[in-house]
Amino acid sequence: MPTFFEEKQLVTPGELLAEGEYQAGENTYLESGKIFSARIGLVDCDNKKVNVVALRAFYAPKPGDIVIGSVIEVGFNGWTIDIKAPYTALLRASDVLNRPFKPQNDELNQVLDAGDLIVAKIASYDRAHDPQLTVGEPGLGKITRGQIMRVTPTKIPRVIGRKGSMISMIKQETGCQIILGLNGVVLVTGKNTADEDLAMAAIKKIEDESHTTGLTDRITQLLKDEKAKREENKN
Amino acid sequence: MNEKPEKLIDKKGIRLDGRKADELRPLKLQVGVLSNADGSAYIEHGKNKILAAAFGPREMHPKHLAQPDRMVLRCRYHMAPFSVQERKSPAPSRREVELSKVIKESLEPALFLELYPRTGVDVFVEVLQADGGTRCAAITAAALAIADSGVPMKDLVVACAAGKVDDTVVVDLFDAEDKLGAADVPVACMPNLNAVTLLQMDGILSPDEFEKAVNMAMEGCKKIYAMQKEALKTKYMVVKEVEE
Repeated sequence: MPTFFEEKQLVTPGELLAEGEYQAGENTYLESGKIFSARIGLVDCDNKKVNVVALRAFYAPKPGDIVIGSVIEVGFNGWTIDIKAPYTALLRASDVLNRPFKPQNDELNQVLDAGDLIVAKIASYDRAHDPQLTVGEPGLGKITRGQIMRVTPTKIPRVIGRKGSMISMIKQETGCQIILGLNGVVLVTGKNTADEDLAMAAIKKIEDESHTTGLTDRITQLLKDEKAKREENKN
Repeated sequence: MNEKPEKLIDKKGIRLDGRKADELRPLKLQVGVLSNADGSAYIEHGKNKILAAAFGPREMHPKHLAQPDRMVLRCRYHMAPFSVQERKSPAPSRREVELSKVIKESLEPALFLELYPRTGVDVFVEVLQADGGTRCAAITAAALAIADSGVPMKDLVVACAAGKVDDTVVVDLFDAEDKLGAADVPVACMPNLNAVTLLQMDGILSPDEFEKAVNMAMEGCKKIYAMQKEALKTKYMVVKEVEE
């Protein structure tokens, strides 16, 4: 059965990728037995499954995803959260307070106010309802320290690296805590802003050069060089 | 251009602007020209200069326009006051409202509307300079802007016109031919899926002429499609080059 692409070829929407016994994977679609690309991206074939790694996409919510969002509105029994997706998300008051919510005793804007940033998990989402968030797990909740940056959502897996190799390396080298929201928002918390800036520069570099090989080595080098430079300035 | 020339096509079959009957105007396409839009494209088709910007999918505002079962595509075609020789009022004219609808309907079949219910995609087309065949150029640019914004598409949509000038069927009419010629047939299609998404006719053609015009327009579409794909790839080629 034929395929019509080379591994890692750049394809545009509507390009014919494969025919016959292949499976349509991410960012592709099947029409009358033929698989076409649905986004601009790079093709790869994994075990008869044809995928397109999108170069341009937005975040589509999925239950279980960790995301970083900002409070847009304080409502009657919860908050409306902007998670940089086609839909705004909801966070219920009872979920945050860990007890039934009583409007007469609880002042919601004392807990979270418009503009606050939170790390949350998508509890549920389907076609008919906006995504609902939860903060009822360790590590989730209001962000009090650190810096926020945005990365194209499709490049988050690259920042994580194979089995988390890339991200744990950055964490180790800079001593920063990094939380990657799958919606493309990244929180970097370090001991000082210089550490944070360094970690952010490294993430920015990964985003810009995400499709190159040997990136981990170059990032390690970048971090080491920067650190050496700083040592020199101190002395 | 106020006086009607005696012949729009001379004895050798050369048109007013020096083209042959089956020749397109020079075309230039650029993707990702506006940083504030999710996706954007710029087209220069002969003397036409058109900008297209796409946003979304995002929440629909006003909310009552959102559809519970599908995504809504909205288009605005607008001509700048300086886009034509006589100042055009910036208020949307009857023609612009119609073209907005026509462009929307020609792009809709390319999108997976059922994928993101309750959201909307907005496309803005701004004609900076017009010289005939703006709806076709606008569709070509708008499709690129949507693809650049990351909205999944079945195929890029391309458009090209053909028509009758001085009893000859020609492709890609420019302003004078459009106004003084006998007929104009704009066609939009998705070449890879072999689907036509827009087919209009203004003027009078015999069935044979009509068929010839449609075929010529489709040929033109295919040529433009190749350039459209190239333009989209060029923006992302940088990524590719670093890789090698």
